[in-house]
Amino acid sequence: MDTAFAVIAVVLAVIIAIPFYRLVVGPTLFDRLLGAGAIGTKTLVLICLVGVMYGRLDLFIDITVAYAVLNFIGNLAIAKYFSNPKAEERAMEEAS
Amino acid sequence: MNVSEVLALVLLAAGAFFLLIGSIGVVRLPDFYARTHATSKSDTLGLMLALLGLGIHEGITLNSAKLVVVVVFVALTNPVGTHALARAAYQSGLQPWFVGGPLPEDPTRAEPAGDEPEGGR
Repeated sequence: MDTAFAVIAVVLAVIIAIPFYRLVVGPTLFDRLLGAGAIGTKTLVLICLVGVMYGRLDLFIDITVAYAVLNFIGNLAIAKYFSNPKAEERAMEEAS
Repeated sequence: MNVSEVLALVLLAAGAFFLLIGSIGVVRLPDFYARTHATSKSDTLGLMLALLGLGIHEGITLNSAKLVVVVVFVALTNPVGTHALARAAYQSGLQPWFVGGPLPEDPTRAEPAGDEPEGGR
């Protein structure tokens, strides 16, 4: 059972390495942010799997919760920062 | 190996498969708006399957309850975050990639910044 978990953990590490291509090459800023978010989502599974392999899931699951919250908040903050408030104001004026 | 271990391994393998599909989609799809599909849908499904497999391996404990909490949280927040990112990209003038001519005028979008982003096939 531990061997199977180790094999799946190695496969997950390879899967996490793939979006680094989009993070480095990505033609626009938003492509890079998307790659970073994809890496964060996949890392959640790897953290939980390592916790099960060590037999300390009670410790690692709290790290997973914190990581998920940080990933979401960072994503929303960056999206809000790079959106265009002037375009929204113009649309509101034209609608009224 | 009893039934629950086999079920946990099958769910973990299915989750890893969907995460792999999401990774390939992030690299291979032609456009930012197309890539958001890969990270929002298949990543969420893969994470849900894999963490449910780990929860079945744990049995009914406090840890598996926390795993279910993580699954529900990610199922709610991952599409929301991706949607916020796609909305920010649309409002800041990133043109979608498609075969026909340019998009019709939309007042909620900023002026395109001159050179249009390349598709990056």
